[in-house]
Amino acid sequence: MVNSVRNVKFEIIGLNVWFGPVHALKQISIGIQANEILTAIGPSNSGKTTFLRMLNRLNDLNQDFKMAGVVKLEQEDVKNIDTESLRKRVGMVFALPLPLPLSIFDNVAYGVRMHGEKNEKILSELVEVSLKEAYLWKEVKDRLNESAFKLSGGQQQRLCIARTLAVEPEVILFDEPCSGLDPISTAKVEDAMVKLKQKYTIVLVTNNVKQAARVGDMTAFFLNGELIELDRTDKIFNAPADKRTDGYVRGEFG
Amino acid sequence: MKNTYRTQKIAFSLLFLATLLIVIPVGLIVVIIIQKGLPAINWQFLSDIPRQGMRAGGIFPAIVGTIYLVTGAIIFALPIGLLAAIYLSEYSKDNLLTRLIKLAIVNLAGVPSVVYGLFGLAIFVVFFKFGASILSGSLTLGIMILPVIITTSREALESVPYSFREVSLSLGASKWQTIRHIVLPNAVPGILTGTILGLGRAAGETAPILFTVAAFYLPRLPGSIFDQAMALPYHLYVISTQVPNVDEKIRYGTAFVLLSLVLFMNLVAIIIRYQFRKKKKW
Repeated sequence: MVNSVRNVKFEIIGLNVWFGPVHALKQISIGIQANEILTAIGPSNSGKTTFLRMLNRLNDLNQDFKMAGVVKLEQEDVKNIDTESLRKRVGMVFALPLPLPLSIFDNVAYGVRMHGEKNEKILSELVEVSLKEAYLWKEVKDRLNESAFKLSGGQQQRLCIARTLAVEPEVILFDEPCSGLDPISTAKVEDAMVKLKQKYTIVLVTNNVKQAARVGDMTAFFLNGELIELDRTDKIFNAPADKRTDGYVRGEFG
Repeated sequence: MKNTYRTQKIAFSLLFLATLLIVIPVGLIVVIIIQKGLPAINWQFLSDIPRQGMRAGGIFPAIVGTIYLVTGAIIFALPIGLLAAIYLSEYSKDNLLTRLIKLAIVNLAGVPSVVYGLFGLAIFVVFFKFGASILSGSLTLGIMILPVIITTSREALESVPYSFREVSLSLGASKWQTIRHIVLPNAVPGILTGTILGLGRAAGETAPILFTVAAFYLPRLPGSIFDQAMALPYHLYVISTQVPNVDEKIRYGTAFVLLSLVLFMNLVAIIIRYQFRKKKKW
């Protein structure tokens, strides 16, 4: 009841995905509310990353990809949105810090430049704002022209977040963003995510169950390509309806 | 135990000997060419036209001809080869057509160079009526080095990590923008290296230019791309086998210049690759 009065950002109905003979997602239906963090948990190969990559149509790059069902962004089937505008609205942060082989500044400005912004003043303002939003500005403001590869892993990942923010998306997809980071960097990224949800809708795929509990509003548990349970995060962790969910969040299997 | 040790020692010696056998001829070629060719090298030899039926004077027209031919070959082969490589590495799907194209490239690389010469004669000289000219020769050499350029460019493009493409696309860049701004800039050194190796091969081949461009004796510089031209490899063949009583010094001097030109191009390729490795950021 609470959900119905809020704003539905993504609506996924009866989604099935195949990669060649592999049935990667089976009959998934999820609604994602605006300005919430949906965390997707589950063991590896459970389909959670495939689910995430459905939302910005990154799976389309795979030659063997086939799908059935509907993914709607604000009532509009994503198949009818061209991929450039869709990915502009739905940004993504990858599992490993993946700076482009450019300077720090050019990394953040890359997306906007590709969308046609040439005014250097607007670009540099945008870069500053984005880096501040990702809590990286203070550390890099004097070395914006250095290669992004000179940053530490945690800084690189925050740079990737800033780069995604600079495009001014509505939704940000995080694909296990902390899997390569130390605990301190992880805490910083998590902080950033929680603050970002005021402006953005966030979908977080994570292998770290505790991380899902810390930052999630809603949590979805995936297993073997099926959505086992979707509920409020506290409910999933304290009183899950399905015993498989219970077993997984207690760490009985992984 | 002792027996095993002895077997190993014998095997080791054999392997070493085989390796040495490779080094010896290479070393000998270089030493002999330098020893016999270097005394011929002076400013007049490099800048004068051949005189007295190529028994005296210099080899300037042949040097210029080779440079024209190599330049023409690259103007033709680099754009086509690079575009084909981009198509194959970035756009083509794994289907019958793609496999056919790849098969054609492999076969193109395996065609003997004299067959290219004959092909060039039939197509460019006769059919397109370019005559025996720099244009015909360049096009023939260009086709010959296309497989080298396509293969090395493809490898260079494919060595750019796939994740960079995903990141760029995920930021809303189009596929072409991704290729243009991320993939190509990082593949340039590899593409250049392949191109220069192709050039080295084009500079050294005799057979493809034999019927398509090479002049037996032309003591002036070519005036246009429809002129014939002398070229170093063919000139070397001529003064070694077709003209009697050519001083050995001139023959080896010509070989020395040709060898230096090819080695110089390979050296440039090595330096570019080295610089790239040093700067490589991932």
